[in-house]
Amino acid sequence: MAQLEIRLSGFGGQGLITAGIILADAAIREGKQAVQSQSYGPEARGGASKAEVIISDTAIDYPKVKEPSVLLAMSQEACDKYLESLRDDGILIIDSYYVKKVPETRARVYSLPITELAREKLGKVIVANIVALGATVEITGAVGQGTLEEAVLSRVPGGTEELNRQALAIGFQLGRKQLEK
Amino acid sequence: MGENERQAVLMSGNEACVEGALLAGINFFAGYPITPSTEIAEGLAERLPRHGGKFIQMEDEIASMAAVVGASLAGAKAMTATSGPGFSLKQENIGFAAMAEVPCVVVNVQRYGPSTGLPTSPAQGDIMQARWGTHGDHPMIALMPASVQESLTLTIEAFNLAEKFRTPVILLLDEVVGHMREGIVPPRKEEIMIKKRKKPTAPPEEYLPYRAEPDGVPPMANFGDGYRFHVTGLVHDETGFPRGRGSDGDYLVRRLTNKVKNHFVPMVEEYLTEDAEIAVVACGSVARSAKRAVNLGREQGIKVGLVRPISIWPFPEKAIKDLAGKVRAIVVPEMNLGQVALEVERCACGKAVVYRLNRIDAELITPDEILAKIQEVK
Repeated sequence: MAQLEIRLSGFGGQGLITAGIILADAAIREGKQAVQSQSYGPEARGGASKAEVIISDTAIDYPKVKEPSVLLAMSQEACDKYLESLRDDGILIIDSYYVKKVPETRARVYSLPITELAREKLGKVIVANIVALGATVEITGAVGQGTLEEAVLSRVPGGTEELNRQALAIGFQLGRKQLEK
Repeated sequence: MGENERQAVLMSGNEACVEGALLAGINFFAGYPITPSTEIAEGLAERLPRHGGKFIQMEDEIASMAAVVGASLAGAKAMTATSGPGFSLKQENIGFAAMAEVPCVVVNVQRYGPSTGLPTSPAQGDIMQARWGTHGDHPMIALMPASVQESLTLTIEAFNLAEKFRTPVILLLDEVVGHMREGIVPPRKEEIMIKKRKKPTAPPEEYLPYRAEPDGVPPMANFGDGYRFHVTGLVHDETGFPRGRGSDGDYLVRRLTNKVKNHFVPMVEEYLTEDAEIAVVACGSVARSAKRAVNLGREQGIKVGLVRPISIWPFPEKAIKDLAGKVRAIVVPEMNLGQVALEVERCACGKAVVYRLNRIDAELITPDEILAKIQEVK
């Protein structure tokens, strides 16, 4: 495998950096090399936020993502801003709750009701990041589902394991339905 | 799992610094949280008390540096962590620690400056400040990790050097290294070497707290162990008391400078420099981009190598001098307007042409930019 570069983007407070950390954690658990980095504004919530993950079989030097092959966009602003960087043969996953205007692109586009499902099925939009992560991993095969679940459970606050497990299952299912289409 | 196949764990450079400090035996931390160094204070606030150490959040950076000096004089292995604006505030007491020969570790996770700058953005603008931020001639040791693993190992090394030389040691991260996460394998306690300050062998009534041994370093008693002595930022003689004599200053400041200058072995990583005609000199996170650029250059048949100063102070003068003797050109990429380049130019003495590559838009320099410069000077 060459380097797989993934960018998770949206606004601050959506848990995208946490999602990036979990994804990198899962890759490390599989014995792969992984680097996770982020950029965010000084505010705790709101503002643009992005997390980047590089997964590779060999050592990773430059730690930033330049041309991701996978872009998750959980806000319209993030979608508009980062789409240009996505590789032509890449995968764009958007949260249809926030991204109403699907941009024109040569990449494969998956428009998924991520936040909507987190709200409807679990009553908590706070786990939209885990739903997104499940769908992203199902669609891209970036890491195994089992290791992702291990990583999620090791990184979420105690007492929220069941909620996050459900969110992850919803994400996997969401991804699978898309792949079956 | 075999002995050499321990499971890697994902952590950030700042988290690795916490692990390194704990492995080194830290037992006192005083600080005032500031982005992008906050995770170090957070981590130690949580973990240090469980290891029997003390964590204290002071009212500001000046006080936290003072607390670190006080704790170290009482025998603690003490550390503080900060970023640019806080590093500026700590300078007065860093100078005091250098003058009074108080071992301690000061972590500065560099962010964009000057002043409050861009709090969450990376830069490497504090390289000269690390050397000369406090006034007067003084020794300085500053280490610059380029990876999460190295954040851990160099934190241990920083403590060891502080103890060995009785002087403040700066661990100079940049925001990229502090905040990026990668898999590392933390060493076991029995795998690391821990250095402790020399203790006096003389009885308390004969102890001269500032009489140096041949390595330039005086043995250090703990306050509270029965050795009464005076500690001051004023020029002092071997008794530790100020006499107001210029000749004492001449002896003392030369000794302080020479104990590091004559005994510290600069740390560098050399990569593909053997047959190199062009070299890149880069440190911290930028060295990662540089390594990629060197590999890309080699793929194009360009004989290019990398020298990475790990100890940025004392600067690896000999390595750069030797390098300048064998390459035609040296490219110095850095996230400032040219600070490492000044040292490279000084050491190269005109024997190789030094080209600068500077970026101050709060983004890490990319491998492509460095490669383009290599091609340009080829």
